[in-house]
Amino acid sequence: MITFDDNGIYCAQAGIYIDPWKPVDKAIITHAHSDHARWGMNSYLAHRDALPVLRFRLGEDINVEGKEYRESFSINGVNISLHPAGHIWGSAQVRLEYKGEIWVVSGDYKLQDDGISTPFEPVKCHSFITESTFGLPVYNFPSVESLKEDINNWWRQNAAEGNNSVILAYALGKAQRVLQQLDTSIGKIYTHGAVDNINKLYEESIGPLNATERITTETDRKEIKGAMIIATPSSAGTPWIRKLSPYKLGICSGWMQLRGARRRKGADRGFVMSDHADWEQLNTAILATGATNIYVTHGYKSIYAKWLEDNYGLNATEVDTLYVGEQADEESGVEPKEGGADEGV
Amino acid sequence: MKAFSDVFTQIDQTTSTNEKINALVGYFQTAEPKDAIWCVAILTGRRPKRTVKSGELREWCIELSGIPGWLVEESYHIVGDLAETITLLLPENTDVKEYKLHEVIHTLIALQEKTDEERKEYIIGMWQSLTKEQLFVFNKLITGSFRVGVSEKIVIKALAKAFDIEENIVAHRLSGSWDAGTTSLLDMLTTVSIADDISKPYPFYLAYALETPVAELGNLDDWQIERKYDGIRGQIIIRNGELFVWSRGEDLMTEKFVEFAILPGIIPDGTVIDGEIIPVKDEQLMPFHVMQTRIGRKKLSKKHLEDAPLVMICYDLLEYKGQDVREKAMTERRALLEQLVADARGEMELLPLMMSPLVVATDWDEVAQERLRARDVGCEGLMLKRKDSVYKTGRRRGDWWKWKVDPLSIDGVLIYAQRGHGRRANLYTDFTFAVWNGEELVPFAKAYSGLTDKELVEVDNWIKRHTLDKFGPVRSVTPTLVFEIGFEGINPSPRHKSGVALRFPRILRWRKDKAVKEANTREDLMNILKAQG
Ligand SMILES: [Zn+2]
Ligand SMILES: [Zn+2]
Repeated sequence: MITFDDNGIYCAQAGIYIDPWKPVDKAIITHAHSDHARWGMNSYLAHRDALPVLRFRLGEDINVEGKEYRESFSINGVNISLHPAGHIWGSAQVRLEYKGEIWVVSGDYKLQDDGISTPFEPVKCHSFITESTFGLPVYNFPSVESLKEDINNWWRQNAAEGNNSVILAYALGKAQRVLQQLDTSIGKIYTHGAVDNINKLYEESIGPLNATERITTETDRKEIKGAMIIATPSSAGTPWIRKLSPYKLGICSGWMQLRGARRRKGADRGFVMSDHADWEQLNTAILATGATNIYVTHGYKSIYAKWLEDNYGLNATEVDTLYVGEQADEESGVEPKEGGADEGV
Repeated sequence: MKAFSDVFTQIDQTTSTNEKINALVGYFQTAEPKDAIWCVAILTGRRPKRTVKSGELREWCIELSGIPGWLVEESYHIVGDLAETITLLLPENTDVKEYKLHEVIHTLIALQEKTDEERKEYIIGMWQSLTKEQLFVFNKLITGSFRVGVSEKIVIKALAKAFDIEENIVAHRLSGSWDAGTTSLLDMLTTVSIADDISKPYPFYLAYALETPVAELGNLDDWQIERKYDGIRGQIIIRNGELFVWSRGEDLMTEKFVEFAILPGIIPDGTVIDGEIIPVKDEQLMPFHVMQTRIGRKKLSKKHLEDAPLVMICYDLLEYKGQDVREKAMTERRALLEQLVADARGEMELLPLMMSPLVVATDWDEVAQERLRARDVGCEGLMLKRKDSVYKTGRRRGDWWKWKVDPLSIDGVLIYAQRGHGRRANLYTDFTFAVWNGEELVPFAKAYSGLTDKELVEVDNWIKRHTLDKFGPVRSVTPTLVFEIGFEGINPSPRHKSGVALRFPRILRWRKDKAVKEANTREDLMNILKAQG
């Protein structure tokens, strides 16, 4: 019922692709991250909350239709509905049912309730397509509460020492999540333009966020003291960010679980915050679907598929896709510090 | 343990040298002295001998975590550090206890004498009673390799600040070998004479690579120019009629260099010479690998000694007539050194010491020309030293610069790729490159650094779409992409299919302009090898 071809994940009966990476006629989009929502499709379908970002990123003139969660519709006998994936706001799992056979394409997901996205809901199915970005038992993410405490303590301490706090977070999803965890009594919150653009879309279509000020060419940088600045990973190392001195740099990413990654980033602090599922969450989510066939995409595919087979006796298959997961490069543009060979005088 | 683990976390979380120093100062001022000396020992690479094997740690981790062995191995491959892998895989402890650092280390040392059962019981007990931060530090104590971005220089600065002693003095008192189990930190730092440990070397002065156009160094007359040799940087110490030879890694290697055994008696007591130890036969410098092979041997036969006779090319004089002369000017130290070597040669014609020859030039252009010739005379480039410079401690900018020749390079074809570590674990970043041998491609180098993050993603994408075969974590790819591989030297190696092994290979750039057939050949590599002598 579902196949994987050069264009993406395909349902021939309905004639639709899910998150295709080449231009096709009909595309259902799980979420608006750029590796899942690409340009050039004749028509798009996605959750209602994802539409403003899709239009913003792919063009106002795209042909796109919005659906509510659990609102089912039928294409050529295939019953289709979207279900919350908890990855970012407007992210969805796609459920497809044909002649009693049920597939769920989950896109990216997490089980933690981040306070911004509609929380993940398990959907019973026979076949489940899962990502495996953090499909390794070393990834055990801290709770939302402890992260909130860590980030605010860090900000408070930096402010007390006369430093700004700059957090690099992906503009769509993570930036809003960080913003809503901040304790606004500590100080003022500023945003990079790219973050502010997405924040505005959120506020227009979903609801209010904590108050922020966008940094523009007119902003008097001397006014920014002991503040929190939410910026995109690509601003690392740029003159834009250097003008915020003195500042401490924090990075929010699941990769920060590993010490090597924290150190290579050249950041002052790494917060283990991800919009993907960690090891426990992946296992929990997959068992909750009751599926016997699991298709494993981007991440530690082969390792995770073997684990599913060995440990739970599931039919697990690796699938090559062009999705990139929690990409290092979206996370930060900070160049790794290569320790060149140290060979004496 | 908590205080040490806290300072470790603090150091690990900052990239600022000042913050690292301040964190250490705070620790040295408050920690129990018996703990503080171990902190110094660990951060300066003087850790105790390992008493638990990594195989045992893996086995116990599998048992305690319930994670299957293959998955522990995969995790280790991706994390890249066993201590950290185990820390992440073990369950979080709710019931934690507090231990003293020196007691933990002493218990670990004593494990050597214990039965397997007792060792296991101790380690598992600790694993079940430490917080995650302390668990990581504990595992690091077992496995060694404490790389926390703290150089010896930072430790020295912190000690100098904490105990209000001059940095040079701290550096000197800390150098050499001492046992943290029996040494008192305060005694070591405050004991005044250099004679209490006659083997003690001085910290080496190291140069940074030249960062500006050479002409900006100003007047050529202010500079002493020497060649930069490719051997083992070392110190020859003659005190109380005894000889000590130290390598820059701070290893006492007297036994390995039998040639220097005749020096006491010829060189006066109270002499310390800094230089490069290198094989010289019939007045010809020999390539680095000749010495490497010799150093690697446990037993030296007469033939080994004849094949690779070692000399020290003398750069500098640090101690003269029992006095520390590092504060004298370079030219003054050199004059004393020349006299010393000349006197010794008067005593013994086949002296295993040579003065490092000066490069004579009338302007910077001539110096630049001389640098380009460096490889022809078996050197890596030039050393530029200010004539009035004192001998400093550690790696410093300003008075000394190294000016190396550009690396050798060859164009290779990407044939295998393997996943990287850590945050690059999702990307194929560890590459194997091949050169043509007729119609066949033979692998000759592995390299993983040198591409930008953007290029890495691009290559990774390409690899995923052009995989020919997978075996374990390795993928073979259609031979298409050509990269320029830079390296510092080349050695013959019968173990490798290409017949050569490169020193410090790295990717210089992606040659998108080159078709796969235009990559270099095995013959090209052989020619470079021949040219290297
Ligand atoms: Zn995503
Ligand atoms: Zn994804």
